Amino acid sequence: MAVKMEFRGVTKISGPLVFVEGVSEVGYNELVEIRTGDGEVRRGRVLEVSKGMAVVEVFEGTTGLSTTDTSIKFLGKPLMIPVSDDMLGRVFNGTGEPIDGGPTPFTEDYRDVNGLPMNPYSRDYPNEFIQTGISAIDGMDTLVRGQKLPLFSGSGLPHNLIATQVARQATIPGEETSFAVIFVAMGIKHDEAAFFKRSFEESGALKNSSLFLNLADDPPVERLVTPRCALTLAEYLAFEKDMHVLVILTDMTNYAEALRETSAAREEVPSRKGYPGYMYSDFASIYERAGRIKGKKGSITQMPVLTMPNDDITHPIPDLTGYITEGQIVIDRDLHRRGVYPPINILPSLSRLMKDGIGKGKTREDHGPVASQLYSAYARSQELRQLSAIIGEEGLTEKDRAYLRFGDAFEQRFLSQKFDENRSLEVTLSLAWEMLSLLPESELTRISDRFVKQYYRPK
Amino acid sequence: MMGIKGKIRKISGPVVVAEDVSGLEMHELVMVGKDELIGEVVRVEGNSATIQVYEDTVGLKPGEKVLGSGMPLAVELGPGLLMGIFDGIQRPLEVIQQLTGDFIKRGIKTPALPRERQWHFVPRLKKGDMVSGGEVMGTVEETPIFEHRCLIPPNVNGKVEFIAKEGDYTVEDTVCRVSGEKGKIELKMYHKWPVREPRPYVERLEPSEPLITGQRIIDTFFPVAKGGAVAIPGGFGTGKTITSHQLAAWSDAEVIVYIGCGERGNEMTEVLLTFPEWKDPKSGRPLMERTVLIANTSNMPVSAREASVYTGITIAEYFRDMGYNVAIMADSTSRWAEALREISGRLEEMPAEEGYPSYLSSRLGEFYERAGRVKTMGGGVGSVTLIGAVSPPGGDFSEPVTVHTKRFVRCFWALDSALASMRHYPAINWLTSYSEYTDYVESWWNRLTENRWRSQRLKAMEILKREDELKEVIRLVGSEALPESEKLVLETARLLREGFLQQNAYDPIDTYSSPEKQFVLLDAILNFHDAASAAISKGVPASKLVAMPQLAELAKLRMSIDNERINEIQKFSQAISAEIKNLTEVKF
Repeated sequence: MAVKMEFRGVTKISGPLVFVEGVSEVGYNELVEIRTGDGEVRRGRVLEVSKGMAVVEVFEGTTGLSTTDTSIKFLGKPLMIPVSDDMLGRVFNGTGEPIDGGPTPFTEDYRDVNGLPMNPYSRDYPNEFIQTGISAIDGMDTLVRGQKLPLFSGSGLPHNLIATQVARQATIPGEETSFAVIFVAMGIKHDEAAFFKRSFEESGALKNSSLFLNLADDPPVERLVTPRCALTLAEYLAFEKDMHVLVILTDMTNYAEALRETSAAREEVPSRKGYPGYMYSDFASIYERAGRIKGKKGSITQMPVLTMPNDDITHPIPDLTGYITEGQIVIDRDLHRRGVYPPINILPSLSRLMKDGIGKGKTREDHGPVASQLYSAYARSQELRQLSAIIGEEGLTEKDRAYLRFGDAFEQRFLSQKFDENRSLEVTLSLAWEMLSLLPESELTRISDRFVKQYYRPK
Repeated sequence: MMGIKGKIRKISGPVVVAEDVSGLEMHELVMVGKDELIGEVVRVEGNSATIQVYEDTVGLKPGEKVLGSGMPLAVELGPGLLMGIFDGIQRPLEVIQQLTGDFIKRGIKTPALPRERQWHFVPRLKKGDMVSGGEVMGTVEETPIFEHRCLIPPNVNGKVEFIAKEGDYTVEDTVCRVSGEKGKIELKMYHKWPVREPRPYVERLEPSEPLITGQRIIDTFFPVAKGGAVAIPGGFGTGKTITSHQLAAWSDAEVIVYIGCGERGNEMTEVLLTFPEWKDPKSGRPLMERTVLIANTSNMPVSAREASVYTGITIAEYFRDMGYNVAIMADSTSRWAEALREISGRLEEMPAEEGYPSYLSSRLGEFYERAGRVKTMGGGVGSVTLIGAVSPPGGDFSEPVTVHTKRFVRCFWALDSALASMRHYPAINWLTSYSEYTDYVESWWNRLTENRWRSQRLKAMEILKREDELKEVIRLVGSEALPESEKLVLETARLLREGFLQQNAYDPIDTYSSPEKQFVLLDAILNFHDAASAAISKGVPASKLVAMPQLAELAKLRMSIDNERINEIQKFSQAISAEIKNLTEVKF
């Protein structure tokens, strides 16, 4: 590649953006190197370009840049990262550079971090059950290989614990291969990152994982490329190296904030709550990189984590996410307060691909009906709990009281488990039947008689 | 006409400004940059033009060329559309896969219709016939269930000088030559039509026949007429996509056009995998054989999303012009509106509500007005029924896209997240939904039901409305305090909800309910109500009636008895009435 010219005409700096004049031969979205007055090199990308003028977004922030002694080099290519399976077991910063003190990983290929859209015609429908060892997920909102299933959480809730537990325990029953885990931190705190690193190290999972860390005090613009770098590696591992990759993205809320920040700096017309109008498409360019491809062995499963601002599920971040992802797992503050771990509220949670990943030949024939019955019984118990708070338990019928007992047992025994407790699906389903056995047989309307005969054991 | 050539001046996302292009027309198709990315002119100003590019613009540079094509963005209309899956500007995704692998690269040029494939053409015209636009030149059996009628393009007329003999031809072969005012015109089995221009017809006709969807709450309570326009709004997880899939699968239209506009890739995969397996209830052939899919998933370029709905509706109009009933599903029109907003923002236009451009409403209006039942130029009657899904942010129906859409549709199926969270599917709320087509389709239904459809339907609605009012009362005083007749209302409403309104898309019997079965089921539930009301007026307590073991079964008839055995539902209903009579005769 021809040596590129350096330009000096920075005319304006605003937020993370630098405006350069007098440029030529600059392409849209290409990578830029910015050299500050004291010789430091930062990176950025071209957001807008017109004749003689370019707008550059600086990943590392614009602190310390000036209009007089900053020079800009356009590299003539979009942001690319080196990829290889050598990158497993390593820790990187938000733009894919190793920060664990180890050697530069061996490079097998360079890839554009923006990726390309997967042809819908090439996709294969996800339908293989992933066992996470967590009853609330496996039993009620099953994760399927190639799915994108987010955790909707709130500040102060144990979403990180749940995410690491899933990362550690996820397996396909009956298969030898385990998951390669790519962990993407966006704007999380140092101690959270340290927690993740430690728990990956302790469980020995680190050798099969890559960590991409953009922390809370790292520049927000860098946060916009972090998930893309990580997913570029994920695509390489899944579709070139036949691996099953689980990508955990935390926290998408910080990502969205960074997006809003850059959008505001560009003086774009905002849509809801100041977020840019293209946030949906932007999210989709991340989430839609999950999936399977016909004829390829590997897969990408995504588990994004987001904290709902003020626990509001209608906020644009969870709302737009929910429109793209295949369901959601909702973490509940009330359950958490009552000491239930994992505090997953099954009622607003949903896995859209569950129906295709469970049942005969995949999990167990009674799995679907059992989940449906648990769901309706738990919903009923919650209604009755509210009612009994008003009229008192004495006002309820014997059947209603059975539902209340079911509700308590469901939370305390089925939902609750230890952070390091890895339940097989058999254990989850037999616990489920224990719970259902607290109800009178006539209430099991969603389960066919032959399963009731086989598994229903009232005390 | 190839010609106007200019240079790129500015690039911002999918929007490119070109200079030295005086003469470019509004909505002209242009090729941008050295990769010749496809774009469309959206604004002309002096000698510069603004272009929305349908592909990723990474790496484009100011100074690269811009080429005008001399024609607007158009689609190819001819044999080879059915069973196909296309992107937003009608490039076949299967061919793209062969060309570039599993990921879509840029600058792909490929014709929409297969050029190699031969079709067996049967002429309908003779040499010397006088023909005009829209008439049928000949037919092709495109799939075993579909006769493709090759049309004279709408703007052509004159005398037939040549018509091909019956035989096998490709779409590029000349099959007809017409000489008229414009000179001699060679016609092929396909022609092109600009997507933003509605195809002409002779006149609009009133809708008269319902589009039967096999979905009870739709056909019986909120019917849509063939040629109507409907909106399905709903927050995420309320089942918009499943409802759209069900409509695409079971609607009694001859052709289905399904646009996946800015939605999940896996949903298109699901359609691609299930439709070839599902069978059309009438012909027993795979549903795919009457379906055209347009896919612009959420990670594909945003401006092609804007084009995809126009591509879809133009294809639908073409099939309409053959004299067919066409149903088109656009899932989701909100993503289209958002694409408009995104482009508008890049054009630095003055925004109206929530950043949407001020022309959002007129664009929605133009789009929904392309639905309709018409007398075609070929002399037949055809229709386009348009079903648009809307994804309101946060499930809030007061947002601009839902509000404006409501002005242009006459039927509104409101999906309700409260119903969805009770796993009541389809989660169409019977209190907030409406259909203005009820009066149009009434006579059709009355013929089927000995004139009882309207009254039975109203009666059921009345009970459901009453239930809603009673729920408020119960919250205050508890259900025991209600009079006996109202306790019965609650029970009948429950039967209506569970035994009629709910419908399981995954149950082989329940997924499709014939109109006859729908009415018999409704009748059975209302018969119970009548018999039970009579019993209550004679002093039978409601609790006795509610406790009848047959009621559980009544609620499950929708799944246990298929469309062929509906007389068993009638027998069951009579048995219940008899049983209630027995109860009445017991002395209390």
